[in-house]
Amino acid sequence: MKAVGVLAALALALALQTTLARFLPGGAAALDLVLVVVVFVALKHGPVTGMLAGSAAGMIQDALSIGVIGIGGLAKSIVGFAVGAIGQQFIVAAALPRLVIFLGASVGHAMMFIGLYVLLGLGSFPSPWSGILSQALGNTAVGMVAFSIVEVFPVLVDRRRLSRRTRR
Amino acid sequence: MKSAPDVWQWPWYLFAALTVGHVLLISAQLNTDRGVPVIEDVTFGTFAEAQRGISAAVGGVRTWWGDYVALQMVRDDNIRLRRELSQLQVTLQQERAMARQSRTLSRLLELRTQVPLATVAAAVIAGGASPEFRTLTIDKGTADGLRPNMAVLAPAGVIGRVVSPGSRAALVQLLIDRNAAVGVMVERSRAQGVAEGTGTEMRLNYVSGGDDVVAGDVAVTSGIDGIYPKGFVVGQIESVEREAGAFGAIRIQPAVDFLSLEVVLVVTSPPRLAVGDVASGPGTQAQE
Repeated sequence: MKAVGVLAALALALALQTTLARFLPGGAAALDLVLVVVVFVALKHGPVTGMLAGSAAGMIQDALSIGVIGIGGLAKSIVGFAVGAIGQQFIVAAALPRLVIFLGASVGHAMMFIGLYVLLGLGSFPSPWSGILSQALGNTAVGMVAFSIVEVFPVLVDRRRLSRRTRR
Repeated sequence: MKSAPDVWQWPWYLFAALTVGHVLLISAQLNTDRGVPVIEDVTFGTFAEAQRGISAAVGGVRTWWGDYVALQMVRDDNIRLRRELSQLQVTLQQERAMARQSRTLSRLLELRTQVPLATVAAAVIAGGASPEFRTLTIDKGTADGLRPNMAVLAPAGVIGRVVSPGSRAALVQLLIDRNAAVGVMVERSRAQGVAEGTGTEMRLNYVSGGDDVVAGDVAVTSGIDGIYPKGFVVGQIESVEREAGAFGAIRIQPAVDFLSLEVVLVVTSPPRLAVGDVASGPGTQAQE
């Protein structure tokens, strides 16, 4: 059931990334929704699930783009594993630690991805910092909102049910 | 009863295995400077060293035998081989001259058979899956005659090229992608250069310091890259920086709004271009 949920979330993120993200003001570069889901999954389910989700999602992204298959997968699996491990070692239920994790994961992912391409001589990324920072901010904003929705939504539903029962 | 070990309890082993798997997968797709896949190079290199050792041992014995034991008729062979080599060198010179002549003639023939462009209309069905690359997916593929490196155009100008055609869809690399480049020339002054993507816009590079390029100029394809047909609009020069007489950063604002693309044209007839044809102005026209 957990695997189905993770796969569905990744598929949804990928669909949104390829359809809606390109209409954002900064284009598709403004957000990496798939990375947001990988970080989310890693925080919720731990390093192994985060790593496997990152690997699968990254490789699908690689296959659907013009990159070398495996580089995105490697970067995202490392991020998924690291975030999952941090989530198990530290308390990250508050907003500030989560914000730091989303920012760190986004910057770390971009640096690994770009670093691998530059290291292997497969591409040049002149002055990437503004792009990395803006994407990290975008990912963090979406990630924080996603966490809030996932955590607040069940509480709201319960309250509504409870209020209906009390009226009867 | 002893239960089987649970691999899910070994995240570090799994992490290491997955990382090695990714590295092997990446290596399988990469080539070294010599054009050999990395994985093949490493594997081959390892085994080759062992073979080299064996070969050196065997070779030492053979050399000793050949140099000191089997020296018979060597002087006569040497004289005969020198004569043959002289004859072959003369023949090689003749063959090279004929090859040069053949290449020149084939270029002339290509120029004469240049035809107008044929295009296929395609709808944009998805944007890029990875934010690090600027790509689009269109709803036409090899079944519709699409092949890699076919130019993709919009009414406003050039969009990019087909990089990965499937049977019913194709991936298009946009001009603003960091790995994209197109040969361009300034329409007004005919100054030539290469427009390279930066992720959000384009930079015009390799422009000679003596050329005339100013902000507001229109950059069109020069056709020299053999992918994009000549004379189509790439963008407008947004700003020009000069440093000690040479051009610094020349920024190009793309003519196409990549965020609002819905339908594109894929040029299915390859641009045929002869050397020296790049300075004669737009010479192609699109037809559906």
